[in-house]
Amino acid sequence: MYNKKVMKCFKDPKNYGKIKNASGIGKVGNEKCGDVMYLYIKVEKGIIKDIKWETMGCVAAIATSSEVTELAKGKTIEEAKKITRADVSKELDLPPIKQHCSNLAAEALQAAIKDYETRKRK
Amino acid sequence: MQIYLDNAATTRVSDEVFREMTPYFKNKYGNASSLHDFGQEANNSIENARKIIAERLKADIKEIIFTSGGTESNNLAIQGTAHNYKDRGNHIVTTKFEHPSVLETCKSLEKEGFNVTYLSLNKEGLISLEELKKAITNKTIIVTIMHANNEIGTIQDLKEIYKICKEKGVIFHTDAVQSFSKTDINSEMADLISISAHKIHGPKGIGALYIKKGIHLKKLFHGGKHEFNVRSGTENVPAIVGLARATTLITKKDIEKMIKLRDKLIKETLKIKDTWLNGTKEKRLCNNANISFKYIEGESILLRLNEKGIAVSTGSACAAKELKPSHVLLSIGLKAEDAHGSIRFSLSKYTTEKEINYVLKQLPPIINQLREMSPFKGGENNV
Repeated sequence: MYNKKVMKCFKDPKNYGKIKNASGIGKVGNEKCGDVMYLYIKVEKGIIKDIKWETMGCVAAIATSSEVTELAKGKTIEEAKKITRADVSKELDLPPIKQHCSNLAAEALQAAIKDYETRKRK
Repeated sequence: MQIYLDNAATTRVSDEVFREMTPYFKNKYGNASSLHDFGQEANNSIENARKIIAERLKADIKEIIFTSGGTESNNLAIQGTAHNYKDRGNHIVTTKFEHPSVLETCKSLEKEGFNVTYLSLNKEGLISLEELKKAITNKTIIVTIMHANNEIGTIQDLKEIYKICKEKGVIFHTDAVQSFSKTDINSEMADLISISAHKIHGPKGIGALYIKKGIHLKKLFHGGKHEFNVRSGTENVPAIVGLARATTLITKKDIEKMIKLRDKLIKETLKIKDTWLNGTKEKRLCNNANISFKYIEGESILLRLNEKGIAVSTGSACAAKELKPSHVLLSIGLKAEDAHGSIRFSLSKYTTEKEINYVLKQLPPIINQLREMSPFKGGENNV
């Protein structure tokens, strides 16, 4: 069902955990569907210095959480804004029924960036 | 180490069964309908197999029909009754947590104009006899209620159910695929009983239907009038022989051993925080432990266990083709979010204490790590 890259991300997920004084937090998904993703970013001088996630979900949800944070780490906010579900799923080649997991990961990243920008304006 | 705890899905063919079946592929390969020695040898083997199964079900040999498995037996029993007795009415009673081969058959009959009542389950996974009594009307033709549930292993009181059906004059069918040979299921408990070989160390693709004398079913297949003209198709002789051998394989001692190991697995696993057993502890199949782990998702647990060589299954939507959580778990009142974190461990007569100990050692760190990743219990030590 899953390819090697997905299983590698699932076996050895990167960046999981919480950032205590995060610059932005993205919370997406819902418990009823079985997939919930919290994504934390720490931004310094417009660069994502640290990024972490907490996910309740299936193998694909955990793998995409790991993947999206790897893609965004060290990027500028402007670069990170361009990361889409296509970037996440390109690497992982998820089965059709699991495509929505890659949406969730990209959505969580964008939600965290939006939260960061909202906080910055205040 | 490879540990197979998915015996409710299917089992390994036992050595005894395999040995018994082998000659029927290359040597005793006759068609049971043929009059020469090859054919008669096959025919005798089938009739001997029928006798073994009939004895196990306390039935007459003429009441046993071989089919391709549980799904066909359930289809034949329900469709066959509904279509043959449609002059009696158009109503069927079943439960919300039947196997798909029963539920989908009922749904298809609904499209033909039959009405179906789906009985609810309590949180223990049992039906209410009062509700059953109320559900049966003068339009009811058949009641179909599974003996042991395939996901949570809860066992219904068939003697009482059958008594009610007899009083009301309706035919009673039970899907006993999970319970056959692991319980005392027999012809005194139902009019129609579905069984399958591959759940009891027999081969896949073979099952049987017990049909009480006097009940006639409209057939699903037309052809050479095999199986007392109820089920046409050249008999699968090796598989039939395998089913018969499997029928007497699980002993009382095996059942006692499975109960002991199951109870150990349940007791120790429930020591992990925020877990619970799905379905009653008492009226439960000897080999089933279905446990929910809060805050995490079943497919992830399943594949983490798989990395350690442990094979189980889950009721999580994420592991299902339709992305819907288990209808069984929802039927006993679980919330969708709680159904996602369920794992079914199903043992066999070959499961050892060493294997259970290994599972109990591997499981807590897996649950703990997945909970560490989960936003609902992030960073806390839950085990």
